[in-house]
Amino acid sequence: MQYHTPTSFEDAIEIAAQADGITRFLAGGTDVLVQLRADIVTPDTLIDIKGISGTKTITHNDDGSWRIGVAVSGAEMTEHPTLARDWPGVVEATDLIGSTQVQGRCTMVGNLCNGSPAADAVPAMVAAGMTVTVSGPDGTRELAVEDVPTGPGKTCLAKGELISAVNIPARGANGGDAYLRFIPRTEMDIAVVGAAVNLRLEGDTITEARVSLGAVAPTVLLVPQAADAIIGTTLDDAALTALAQAANAACAPIDDKRGTIKFRTHVAGVLAQRAARIAYERAQKAGK
Amino acid sequence: MSKIHVTTTVNGDEVEFLCDPRETVLDVLRDRLGMTGSKEGCGTGDCGACSITLDGRLVCSCLVLGAEAEGREIETVEGIATGEDLHPLQQKFIEYAALQCGICTPGILVATKALLEKNPDPTETEVRYWLAGNLCRCTGYDKIIRAVMDTAADMREAS
Repeated sequence: MQYHTPTSFEDAIEIAAQADGITRFLAGGTDVLVQLRADIVTPDTLIDIKGISGTKTITHNDDGSWRIGVAVSGAEMTEHPTLARDWPGVVEATDLIGSTQVQGRCTMVGNLCNGSPAADAVPAMVAAGMTVTVSGPDGTRELAVEDVPTGPGKTCLAKGELISAVNIPARGANGGDAYLRFIPRTEMDIAVVGAAVNLRLEGDTITEARVSLGAVAPTVLLVPQAADAIIGTTLDDAALTALAQAANAACAPIDDKRGTIKFRTHVAGVLAQRAARIAYERAQKAGK
Repeated sequence: MSKIHVTTTVNGDEVEFLCDPRETVLDVLRDRLGMTGSKEGCGTGDCGACSITLDGRLVCSCLVLGAEAEGREIETVEGIATGEDLHPLQQKFIEYAALQCGICTPGILVATKALLEKNPDPTETEVRYWLAGNLCRCTGYDKIIRAVMDTAADMREAS
């Protein structure tokens, strides 16, 4: 295995584009090194991107949007003085990945590129309307987070491509987001179902919403029908019922020891409702 | 396969080593530097027995490559005591018998020391969540939690 420490994305792309066999990019390593140690994936080329300028930086742009360095750890996001004020759901979801030790290393980009449908950060990223900047031999492109995973363990990134930045939209007025997951215990487990809701209010009425579900399909889902069920409402009982029905209808989960199809489908509706209530309360508080 | 030359700091001392790119910091500590305080439990970041701090950040040394340690500062369980004087956490762990087989203990000491430096007055819930990634199959955790809470109280009084 060749270990590289490029100091620019251009160098990283060149190394990856010319490499034979299996290439992996290393930031926190909490998936890549586990797979390496367990002989699940043994890269021929390992490219450590932490020496590239800006990969460990959180930037709040003048227009209110955020740019998160691709190697920023969960702990660094949680400790940031103002990020969680804008995007509590995104920060809480990332904070649910692994233990304190894992939080010291794990990244949102790693969580996304590992391609697990049960990734905790990803539904919150999708609901927030986040994008990633993908850099490769043919230049850069910006992708919606929901367009990156294509199946369990798979992404749409081509050879030589890597994610070079993570972009969170400006929070704007009267907005709130939240993420909830179900696990059989209270910590250190993989989501059986995850649900994220991001919305905006005008008065008491929801004017914009995005709903995302995790662990109920081969990829994390953006569920526009679930968002439509609550847009234009005050999140009354009828809206919550419609939200749960839309969430249920979007589910195509696996049946395994961690949750049956029936259970996962039901819980997806329940968690969507609860996350929507939290996001709604947060949006109300933001408006005061 | 060519080895990588790494210069790093372990418990305040500068050290140099050559390692294979696949070797972890845990491998390097135990097999190249003879520091066997950090234990390998699972090797996949689940059990916390290999906990160290890297530039002050608590991590599993089994999930950090030796090559990544270049220019960084590592603290291990061997650096917790000052000469013959045990750290207050170590003294309390003995007093409370907060261990049985002892495999998890170095990682728990490193993890709780990092917690108390960040938060000198944690609640029991905070201690339990902080240590969720440090598995102990002997104690049932109760003695560990009590030892940590009591150490924190003593250290607050002493400061």
